[in-house]
Amino acid sequence: MTKSSKKYACARAKRFIYDDEHQIKKRKKIIAAGRIAVAVLIFAGWEFFTRIGLMDPYYWSCPSAILKTTWEQLAHGSLSGDIAYTSASAVIGFVTGTLFGAVLGLSFWWSKAYAGISEPFLIVFNALPKLALGPVLVIMFGIGFFSKAVLAFLMTVVTTAIYAYGGVKSVDPAMETLLYSLGARRWQVFTKIVVPSSLPWIISSLRVNIALALAGSIVGEFISSEHGVGRMVIYAGTILDINLVWVGVFVLSVLSVVMYFCVVLLEKFLSRHFIRMNGQG
Amino acid sequence: MIKPYKIKVEGVSKTFTSGGKVFPALDDVNLTVEDGKFVSIIGPSGCGKSTMFNIIAGLTPPTGGDVFADGESIAGRAGYVGYMLQKDMLLPWRNILDNIILGLEVRGVPRKKAVGRALPLIEKYGLKGFEKHYPDELSGGMRQRAALLRTLLYDRDIMLLDEPFGALDAQTRLLMQNWLLEIWRDFGKTILFVTHDIDEAIYLADEIYVFTKRPGKIKAKIEVPIKRPRSAGDMTTPEFAGLKSTLLKLLFSASPDGAETAGGDEID
Repeated sequence: MTKSSKKYACARAKRFIYDDEHQIKKRKKIIAAGRIAVAVLIFAGWEFFTRIGLMDPYYWSCPSAILKTTWEQLAHGSLSGDIAYTSASAVIGFVTGTLFGAVLGLSFWWSKAYAGISEPFLIVFNALPKLALGPVLVIMFGIGFFSKAVLAFLMTVVTTAIYAYGGVKSVDPAMETLLYSLGARRWQVFTKIVVPSSLPWIISSLRVNIALALAGSIVGEFISSEHGVGRMVIYAGTILDINLVWVGVFVLSVLSVVMYFCVVLLEKFLSRHFIRMNGQG
Repeated sequence: MIKPYKIKVEGVSKTFTSGGKVFPALDDVNLTVEDGKFVSIIGPSGCGKSTMFNIIAGLTPPTGGDVFADGESIAGRAGYVGYMLQKDMLLPWRNILDNIILGLEVRGVPRKKAVGRALPLIEKYGLKGFEKHYPDELSGGMRQRAALLRTLLYDRDIMLLDEPFGALDAQTRLLMQNWLLEIWRDFGKTILFVTHDIDEAIYLADEIYVFTKRPGKIKAKIEVPIKRPRSAGDMTTPEFAGLKSTLLKLLFSASPDGAETAGGDEID
């Protein structure tokens, strides 16, 4: 009697846990299936409505035509070169902007006066629509690759500096005291405390930065360029090749997603190897 | 007449200024500790004990007076004593081993050598197997062990411990006290130990200094004649109870010399 009731309780408990896990699994499946369904629906609807003429294919093109043109451009046109051009300037701007911004933000730890003087300028420069500087940059640095990288750099540098400065401001003063009590010099406090404890903040700026850098590169190409996906979009627009514009949008979306996932991987790598979050960040 | 001392705090006072007002934190503090002694310091909250430790550790300059160790003035000289702060302050991004060797690292000892010195201590003092763990994976007691080993490995004759066991539960605390006494016996350090816990002060120390409330001043110095090695059983002896009642009276009765505590008026 008792044995069976125990068994029953056990089974019930087990079933309960199983149910819980089952629910989570089921929900995950529903979410994945739902996402795919929505994507399929959008593309199928797009294709369908342009074919029956409810959406004007002149403006909307259609997924099959976009894919076909993309393929043709990749195989015979300059699209692969344009992709390389655009992603190179975005990545260079991203890397240099993030590094320089991080160094700038961290440098504010060294002097409260220096940080105090710089802060309003940092805020103003952050609010400034840097894309509007594009024409000036093109005049300054030419219509080549460099002006695009500079614009991507400007897009990322201030954000990173602000994030890094936020990290610096939230360093636990007791940790600094600890280091000083061990007889540490300022640069030791900086490298052993300030840098590692600001790292989570710098890392959290990466995702924002990659999108900003790409936007900088594309706008740079919009203004004036001989290569790049941004140039292709503008060119297609001026010759009214709407299909090619859509190809550009499609390629840029894919590029953006790929870069985003690269940054997520980088983030995971950095978090695992260099920081231990402990409730912060 | 003058005994050899390890550390001497001579006429130290400290005032802080905030919003145009002057707050006296310490007022003419004198204490002398012989080599190898274990000294407890008790007093009401905010009596300036931590300020005194910061001064001895060379982190804050005193407004008046001086601190001597081995005959030299060490006021304003950080790194001469080992200092364990109230919170364990283990760096969350370093594993336990890398936390423990932090002091040596700062001093420029090569990593290999530092690890070679840390590992035997880790093994002997109950952290074996946790070297590669991160602080957030350890219990409060383990974290305090690591923090204390870091201070110990920094290898200074004098160690300042500021309420290291304050956040631990009673049983862990007793374990840690015995563990600390073991370390003290093994290494013969001179220890200054701040605590709020009267039992802890008596159980650990050779001498107890009682501070007045702000501004901090030494009200009394009590010798603890309980012989060593001590065990938890000593806490229930009449001798222990007698010391405890003396200390309680010192801490909670109104000061016999009212003139001294009237220093608090300076706050206005």
